[in-house]
Amino acid sequence: MTLDAHLTVTLGSLALDVELAVDDGEVVALLGPNGAGKTTVFRCLAGLLPLDGGHIRVDGRALDDPTDGVFVRPERRPVGVVFQDYLLFPNLSALENVAFGLRARGVAAREARGRAASWLERVGLADHAAHRPSALSGGQAQRVALARAMATEPRLLLLDEPLAALDAGTRGEVRRDLRRHLDAVDGVHLLVTHDPVDAYALADRVIIIESGRIVQSGTLADVTARPRSRYIADLVGVNLLTGIGHDGGLTTPSGGRIVPADRVDGAAFAVIQPHAVALYRTPPDGSPRNFWAVTVADIDHHADRVRVRLDGPVALVAEITPESLEGLLLRPGDHVWATVKATEISIYPA
Amino acid sequence: MSAPAPARSAARRRVGKERLPGPVLVVAAVGIAFFALPFAGLLWKVPWSSAWTILSTSGSRKALRLSLECSLWATALATVFGVPIAWLLARVPFPGRGLVRALCTLSMVLPPVVAGVALFYSLGRRGLIGRYADRWFGITLPFTMAGVVVAQTFVAMPFLVLTVESAFRQQDVRFEEAARTLGASRWYVFRRVTLPAIRPGLVAGAVLAWARALGEFGATITFAGNFPGRTQTMPLAIYLANETNPDEALVLSLVLVAVSFVVLVALRDRYLGGGRTAPVA
Repeated sequence: MTLDAHLTVTLGSLALDVELAVDDGEVVALLGPNGAGKTTVFRCLAGLLPLDGGHIRVDGRALDDPTDGVFVRPERRPVGVVFQDYLLFPNLSALENVAFGLRARGVAAREARGRAASWLERVGLADHAAHRPSALSGGQAQRVALARAMATEPRLLLLDEPLAALDAGTRGEVRRDLRRHLDAVDGVHLLVTHDPVDAYALADRVIIIESGRIVQSGTLADVTARPRSRYIADLVGVNLLTGIGHDGGLTTPSGGRIVPADRVDGAAFAVIQPHAVALYRTPPDGSPRNFWAVTVADIDHHADRVRVRLDGPVALVAEITPESLEGLLLRPGDHVWATVKATEISIYPA
Repeated sequence: MSAPAPARSAARRRVGKERLPGPVLVVAAVGIAFFALPFAGLLWKVPWSSAWTILSTSGSRKALRLSLECSLWATALATVFGVPIAWLLARVPFPGRGLVRALCTLSMVLPPVVAGVALFYSLGRRGLIGRYADRWFGITLPFTMAGVVVAQTFVAMPFLVLTVESAFRQQDVRFEEAARTLGASRWYVFRRVTLPAIRPGLVAGAVLAWARALGEFGATITFAGNFPGRTQTMPLAIYLANETNPDEALVLSLVLVAVSFVVLVALRDRYLGGGRTAPVA
């Protein structure tokens, strides 16, 4: 393992306890809601925040280990950081920004400038070497920040929301470039993001952090197919229900009963796609196994879809067309019936 | 980064077109006249025909040179000691920080003559520290040019400390963190990142301290005395001349006003907050 870390630190109301093991060449995305501790993970790894317990090892070398009294200062760690708002030094040109780390490490001025110039060329900004950060566009500043962090050839490269500060137009392009640059250098690449599209495009693996703990990790496809937290479910827009599986069904904490096609016993998650939920004004005919009396909580209009949030023993979001909304004449507070086919419910152990 | 600029300038234009409240304008105009009037009086009374003759006497030339020399020394000392104090006050939380800040700015609000008396009984020949400096090293500060510099530094340094402290506080420490992750030692970060970022504040603080040192009177005359050529700075010479030779007092005053005014105008936009806002770094 190139990066082997167990981070325990308490910071205000956040109690972080996270284990990370990442191989050389791997790109891992940390995904999680605000305040989950993603940035704290980065600050610990970079040495800007000492650990309370646990350890950080890169290539087997301890960078922080409170029990052994080891703490390597940030400037001596093989760690590079691309900050969310880049933090390019405003009084230095793009070239001087990229050369900064080399100069700080004692590389002679001429050589540092030469190496910085080749990094700028690599990110396609050779023409902007003399420009101050204020004269660069968001995408260009992002690439300068990337070149600046990579110029010191860190073993561990941390990217904090690398695309968050960009507008939608440049985002796609910068995302493609970023993947290419990350693939071109050795080392461990960790990125913090709240956007699953970034995680999908850039990372081999995602780690979901909530309230200072890892709740799930794996490929993005795994994680989104079988979410284990409300955060991921909301992120991919599915209904996540928890309950106890018994007698071929699942009972939710509020007493609702769900009957999926598959059977799981014990604590389990059930996932229902919002478009699989059908709504009726009157109890449906026949004998659907999954039908629940619910109350319309609110109605959210999107371009060609309407999302209806429903309260009841089984709280759900249903996605219907504007036409069926009109046909049903739904208003918040209305009592309706929701049904889902058993085959549309996927269930897996918690 | 450049996106908000057009919106802001449009907003400014709109405000500019708005009608200003009349009473505020009148009061402000009276206030400005109050600032301008004394200088008008000075200019009106200056004996222009004999001005050059007065200035070329050795006495005034000595006083002017001494004033410039001492005030520049005082500014240098205030910078050397004031910047670390400002850094400490801005960045290092420690118990009693408020007290230390009060102590370091006390001499700014004190009547200067009190500062002079205090210096006399601490650094004077019979003072708390001064007696040992005299006995062991033969160093005496009172009634020397060094004494003038000490007195000026004592009253001028708070201006630098306060201005630079606020510059340190306004600086985004994340830039320093970014520099450290790039491999920069604390000292390298201070030189290459922190110092450039606080430079406008540093220049403003140094100018304010210099102006205060140049005008220093009470502490100087109390602690360093009034010896022509040795401790008689411009304000002292002016005070003395005003009793015996008002024409000389007027001409010397004019010189001080001119020097200070030129410096303030030259630095106005970039560093003292007038016109454009100071650059971030």
